[in-house]
Amino acid sequence: MFSLFDIAGPIMVGPSSSHTAGAAKIGQFARAIFDATPTKVHFLLHGSFGEVYKGHATDRALLGGIMKMPPNDPRIKEAFFIAAEKGIMACFEPGNLGTSYHPNSVKITLENDERKMEIIGSSIGGGNIVINRIDGFDVNLTGNSAEQYFTLVTENENTPGILAKITGFLDRKGVRIVNMQSSYLAFENKVLSVLSVDKELTLPEVLELEKEEGVLFARSLKKLPQ
Amino acid sequence: MSDSFFFHNGEELLAKCAEHKMGIWEVMLNYEVQLSGKSREEVMENLRVRLCVMFDSIESAIKNPEISASGMAGKSTPLLAKAVRDFKKIGGELLMDEVAVRAMLGAIATGENNARMGVILAFPTAGAAGVIPGVMYGAKSKFGFTEDQLIKMMLTASAVGIIIANTATLSGAASGCQAEIGSATAMAAAALTEIRGKNPEISLHAAAIALKNLIGLACDPIGGLVEVPCIKRNAVAAVYSMAASDMAYLGIESVVPFDEVVRAMREVGELISPKLRETALGGLATTPTGQSIAKKMGLMHISCNSCNN
Repeated sequence: MFSLFDIAGPIMVGPSSSHTAGAAKIGQFARAIFDATPTKVHFLLHGSFGEVYKGHATDRALLGGIMKMPPNDPRIKEAFFIAAEKGIMACFEPGNLGTSYHPNSVKITLENDERKMEIIGSSIGGGNIVINRIDGFDVNLTGNSAEQYFTLVTENENTPGILAKITGFLDRKGVRIVNMQSSYLAFENKVLSVLSVDKELTLPEVLELEKEEGVLFARSLKKLPQ
Repeated sequence: MSDSFFFHNGEELLAKCAEHKMGIWEVMLNYEVQLSGKSREEVMENLRVRLCVMFDSIESAIKNPEISASGMAGKSTPLLAKAVRDFKKIGGELLMDEVAVRAMLGAIATGENNARMGVILAFPTAGAAGVIPGVMYGAKSKFGFTEDQLIKMMLTASAVGIIIANTATLSGAASGCQAEIGSATAMAAAALTEIRGKNPEISLHAAAIALKNLIGLACDPIGGLVEVPCIKRNAVAAVYSMAASDMAYLGIESVVPFDEVVRAMREVGELISPKLRETALGGLATTPTGQSIAKKMGLMHISCNSCNN
């Protein structure tokens, strides 16, 4: 069902809800899950994103999102300048992700000295987004869900009972699970789980979860600012 | 009697209004309270913030006009602002009254602020963001609407927007500009009518009259930018909303009920060629002027219309 604020909103920097506001949100999510300031970011712009990104400032909005700017942050206009100051190298390239993706999609590759991460997200209209892929794992996480709940992402070995271990851990910490999805990558025999939860895990709790056997990494995301 | 305030179409909305003896705005407010679990005050406060964004957006474009990157937008706000300032002097030469000229200013200022990457409220979309603040800016100068009344207008408008989003769409890429500017005029017309004391039925007649007028409107922006024809279209649409509202106010009814108009809009949307659905592949976008501007901006995904003839 539509909310009042789906119609009267979002508050955003122009000019386009799908090409600017949605792009900033995808960038914000990528930054949140990368959990550090990247030194290098590559954006592969798919479909309409690749065709009209300059005129709609999709590039500045994506880059602004990578620097934690929400869609209504006027600094998005100066995103290139601010990124240069922060030493973030950004590269934009029109490309093709295949027909299974929405015309307004982007593959973001973030890098720093320690790690590299790849996210695909789509801007599906009116500033709403979906995250489709995290590091090769197919997921389906909506921007609304990432705004309303805390998101916990874990990468695990595909061993029996691994999900029970994670949910049991959350049970012990008194965290309620609102939604949970898992994606299996046969090639690596790994599972990525995305959980929408009602409480944020503290850093010690995340480290504790990562010590569980079979859990390769865990990341607790704050609610995306609206 | 159910306690629910949820509605999906115009008929259900009118039934809820009758059942709870409420105006559209109040049913909408209760709907949101029920849906979100937030208090009435929280919802109203959130709307107040959004109302401020709309008016700030207009003021910022008037105070600091700026030409957009394409060079197409930014010149109209100062001209209309000057006309409003000097209305006593110049008003006698114009056809429209001060309310209408102010409405055009509010709409154009919002659109030009959007084009230069200013902060706006997408209500219902960024491309059609000028219509509702435009009519508020105009009508406020005549009726002296309070903040509370303007928030009620936002609620009425949103109820109409929700109905259209449920039955059809608010996206120009999906259904052409009728879904964006057309929807915005229907939303604004209903809001203008209800805030002037008319009942929910009459307010939906205003929405129906406004939307019927723009059925079939193409989304054919030059270079795919939200500038031409979008910005000036917002201004003319704001005036349309006022005309539709006045007609309904005087007792003129739409022969076709609002829900049927919305369904017709959806049907027409399916018939509109994809070239006229925000792809910049037809209409104004492929005029010689449109193509040359797109080329200059480096926005070249333009097919060649004239070659096909």
